[in-house]
Amino acid sequence: MNRTKKSWFAFPYILWIIGFTVIPLCLVLYYAFTNTDGQITFENIFAIAEPAHLKSLWTSLKMAVLTTLICFLLAYPLGLILRSLKLKRSNFVIFLFILPMWMNFLLRTMAWQLILSNNGLLNNFLDFIHLPRVHLIYTFKAVLIGMVYDFLPFMILPVYNSLSAIDNDIIEAGKDLGANYFTILGKIIFPLTLPGVISGITMVFVPSMTSFVISNVLGGSNTLLIGNIIEQEFTYNFNWNLGSGLSFVLLIFTLVSMALMSVFDKSEGGNNLW
Amino acid sequence: MSNRLINLEHITKIFDGEKVLDDLNLYIRENEFLTLLGPSGCGKTTTLRIIGGFLYPDEGKVIFNGKDITQLPPNQRQLNTVFQKYALFPNMNVAENIAFGLKIKKKSASYIQDKIKYALKLVNLDGYEKRKVDALSGGQQQRIAIARAIVNEPKVLLLDEPLGALDLKMRQDMQYELIRLKNELGITFIYVTHDQEEALTMSDTIVVMNGGYIQQIGTPEDIYNEPQNAFVADFIGDSNLIAGTMVQDRLVEILGARFLCVDEGFGENNPVDVVIRPEDIELVEPDVGIIKGRVTSVIFKGVHYEMDVMANGFEWLVHSTTMVPVDTEVGIFIKPFNIQIMHKPVSDDEKAVDTNE
Amino acid sequence: MVKTWAKRLYMSLIFLILYIPILVLVVLSFNNSKARVNWGGFTLKWYESLLSNSRVVDAFSTTLVLAFGSALVATAIGLVGAIGISAMKKRNYAIMLGATNIPMLNAEIVTALSLTLLFIRFMKLGFTTVFIGHVTFGVPYVILNVLPRLRTLNKSAYEAALDLGASPVYAFFKVCWPELMPGILSGFLMAATMSMDDFIITYFTRGPGINTISTLVYSELKRGIQPEMYALSTILFLLVLVMLLVFNLLSNRRDSLQKGA
Repeated sequence: MNRTKKSWFAFPYILWIIGFTVIPLCLVLYYAFTNTDGQITFENIFAIAEPAHLKSLWTSLKMAVLTTLICFLLAYPLGLILRSLKLKRSNFVIFLFILPMWMNFLLRTMAWQLILSNNGLLNNFLDFIHLPRVHLIYTFKAVLIGMVYDFLPFMILPVYNSLSAIDNDIIEAGKDLGANYFTILGKIIFPLTLPGVISGITMVFVPSMTSFVISNVLGGSNTLLIGNIIEQEFTYNFNWNLGSGLSFVLLIFTLVSMALMSVFDKSEGGNNLW
Repeated sequence: MSNRLINLEHITKIFDGEKVLDDLNLYIRENEFLTLLGPSGCGKTTTLRIIGGFLYPDEGKVIFNGKDITQLPPNQRQLNTVFQKYALFPNMNVAENIAFGLKIKKKSASYIQDKIKYALKLVNLDGYEKRKVDALSGGQQQRIAIARAIVNEPKVLLLDEPLGALDLKMRQDMQYELIRLKNELGITFIYVTHDQEEALTMSDTIVVMNGGYIQQIGTPEDIYNEPQNAFVADFIGDSNLIAGTMVQDRLVEILGARFLCVDEGFGENNPVDVVIRPEDIELVEPDVGIIKGRVTSVIFKGVHYEMDVMANGFEWLVHSTTMVPVDTEVGIFIKPFNIQIMHKPVSDDEKAVDTNE
Repeated sequence: MVKTWAKRLYMSLIFLILYIPILVLVVLSFNNSKARVNWGGFTLKWYESLLSNSRVVDAFSTTLVLAFGSALVATAIGLVGAIGISAMKKRNYAIMLGATNIPMLNAEIVTALSLTLLFIRFMKLGFTTVFIGHVTFGVPYVILNVLPRLRTLNKSAYEAALDLGASPVYAFFKVCWPELMPGILSGFLMAATMSMDDFIITYFTRGPGINTISTLVYSELKRGIQPEMYALSTILFLLVLVMLLVFNLLSNRRDSLQKGA
C-alpha cells in the first residue's frame, strides 16, 4: 500500500479530534468573548483582573510552582539513588514507587483529610509523643501536601527513566577525566536528564495549577484556586461565559508556561510524555 | 543460459520528482547469477524492489516468463527475496519462520516438515528448528532467511545486499555458500550489492549502475578488464584514470607522452579517458621506461606493495610484488594491451562521480 | 559521597510517605469504631454494608464499563489513527502529533468545560457524553504508545511476509500485530486507568443519576465520609495491585522467553 492511501487510516481519528477537541475549544472561545446575549465582549477576559480572581490566580501559580519544585527535589535524588544502588529487582522497586498513582486519587486525597484534620491521625500522633498539635487542614499547606503526594509519581517516572538511560561509560569517562561527583552531576547527568525533567515538570505543573478537587477537599473555602472559581461559575452560577473567559485565561497561561518550558527543552523527545 | 526469464522494458521510477530509474532496459536469463552493482542511490535496490513487486514503476513493464507482471502484488509473484537485514519474524522460531510461506500455500504438515529439514540441511543449520531467531548470530540469521525463501521453490531469488551486515570473514564464507547454493538449486539469483569484490567473485553477469542508468553489462572479466567508461573503471577496483588524446589508431598521448595501445576506431586527435590498472604498470630502469618518475610512498599491503609514483605531474598508483624504495628514480612502462581507452562521457549522468567505496 | 545506608533511608522515607495514606485507609476499613482515630476492634461489617450498598455497586460497575468500554473504542480509533499518522509526511505528522497532545497538556478543567459546552448544545448529558469524554482523553495514550512502535516496526518483515505469499491483511496480523501488541496493550491499559481515575471530565459531562467511583467519593466527601469508603479503597487498592502484578509478571515472562532459549 502506498503512503497517501495509508494515511487515510487517520481519517476517523481526525474526525474525532475535530468533533471533540477542536470544536469544543472553539466553543470555549465563543463563550469567552460573548456575553449572555451573544454580543461580543471582553469583560469575561478582563474579569481575571478582579481582586478575588487575581488572588486565586496568584495562589494557583504559587501552588503549582511549589508543588513542582518539591516534587522535583524529592524525585531527583530518589532517581539518583535508585540508579546508583543497582538493585537486583530495580524494576520491581520502581513499580512500588509508582503503584500509589494507580489508586483513585480522590480516595488518596480522602486519606490525607483523615491524617491532617484537627483531630486526625497526625495530631494524635503528635499528642502521643508530647509535641504541640499543628493546624493544617483547610490551609494552603494542606493542599500543597495533597498535591505533592498526588503528583510525585508523575515526576519520579520520567526522571528515573531518563536517569537509568544514561550509559555508565559516560559517567566513568567523566571520572576518568578528573571530574568530581558534583561536576559530573551538574555537567553530565543533569543535562542528559533534562528532557525527562521537563516532561516531569509538565506533568506536574499543569494539573497542580488547574486542579480544583484537592483544594476543595483539603483547602475548603480558604484556598481557592483558579480551578475552583471556574468550577463555581460554571456549575453553581451557570455563568458559562465567565467560566469560559477564565478558562481561556488559564489556557493562555498553560500555553505560555509550556512554551517557556520548550525553550529549555531542545531535544526532540520532549513531546513524549511517557 | 539462453532463455530470457525476466525482461525489464523501459522502466522509469520517480521519487519526489527525481528520476531514480530512467528508461532502464535489462533482461535476466534463466539460471543466471546476475548482480546489480553500484554506489548507494544508483537505483539498484529500486530495480530489485520493482522486480519483487514492492514498488511499481511509473513507466515500463516487467515481463516474467512472457507474462506482464508489472502490477502484480508481491504475494502473487513466483520469486522470493532475501532482505538486507534478514527480516526474520521475531515472534516465531526458526521452523515457524521457514514454514510461513508453505503454510499460506496450504501444504501438508509432513511436506512442510520435510522441507524445513531439507532447507536447514542446505544452509548447514540442521537441528536449529526450535531456536529463537534473535538468539542466532548474524550469519545464522542470514542462512535462515535464505532457507525461508528457497523452500517456496521460487524461480528467482532476489538478494538485497544480504551480506552487508556481516563481518569480513563471515562475508567471504557466505559468498562461497551462495555460489554452492545457486548451483545446487539451479535457479536464478538477482543480487544487489555495492561491494565490487563480492560482485566479481560470485556473478555470471554484472550490471554496473549509476545515477539511474546502466553503465555496463558484462561478465566480471569484461567489467574489470574493459570498463566502458570512466565511472566503471573508477568504481571497479583501483585504477589510474587519466585524460588523454587519441592521436591515431593504436597510439594515445597521455601527460605529454605517447603510448602504444591496441584500441582502434576512436578517430584522430580526439579527447578520451584512459584507464590503467595499478598492477599493469611495470617499474623499470629510468631510461627503459616510457616516462620517468620518482617513488613518493610505499605501503606494504600483504600480497603486494602499493606505491605512488610522481611522473609528468600525475601521481600513478602502482601495485607490485617487488618493492622500490621511496625517492628512487624509476621508469614507467605499460604493455599496449594493458591500456584501456574509453570515450569521454556524453551526458552529465554518465560522468564518473566520486564514490566513497 | 553519600553512604549506602543514607540512600536506603531516603528511599524508605519516600516509600513511607507514599504508602502511609493507603495504609491508614486499609487499617480503618477493619476498624469497628466509627470514630476515625480510635481502634474499636476488628470487623468486616464495612465490607458487608459496602457490598449491599446499591449506589456503590452501581458506581463500581459504571466505572468498569466506562473504563474498559472507552479504552476499547479509544484503542480502535487510536490504532487505526496511528497507522495513518505514521504514513504521513513530516509536516502533517507534526500537526497530528500536536493535535494529539492537546488533551494531554490542556488543563483537565478546560477540556471538561469545552466538552460540556458542546454536549449541552447538541445532546443530553448522560452516560454517552461521559463515554465520549473518556474516549477523547484516552485516544492520545493509545497513539503515543503505538506510534513509536509503528515507527520502529520492521518494515522488511512485513514485506518478507508479502514476498512469501501472504496477503496484506494476513501479513499485518501475523507479523506486525505481535510487534505492536505491547504498545497497544499498554495504550489500552493507560486509557482504562486514566478513565478509572478520572473525576473532572466525568463530573462535568455526566447526566443525572450517573455516578462513577470518583464522583461518588466526591459527594461522600462533601457529606462526611462513611467507613464504607475505607473498605472500598482497600478493595480497589488490592484490585489494582493484583492487576499490575499479573501484567508485570506476564510481560516479564514474555521478555525472559524472548531472551532465553
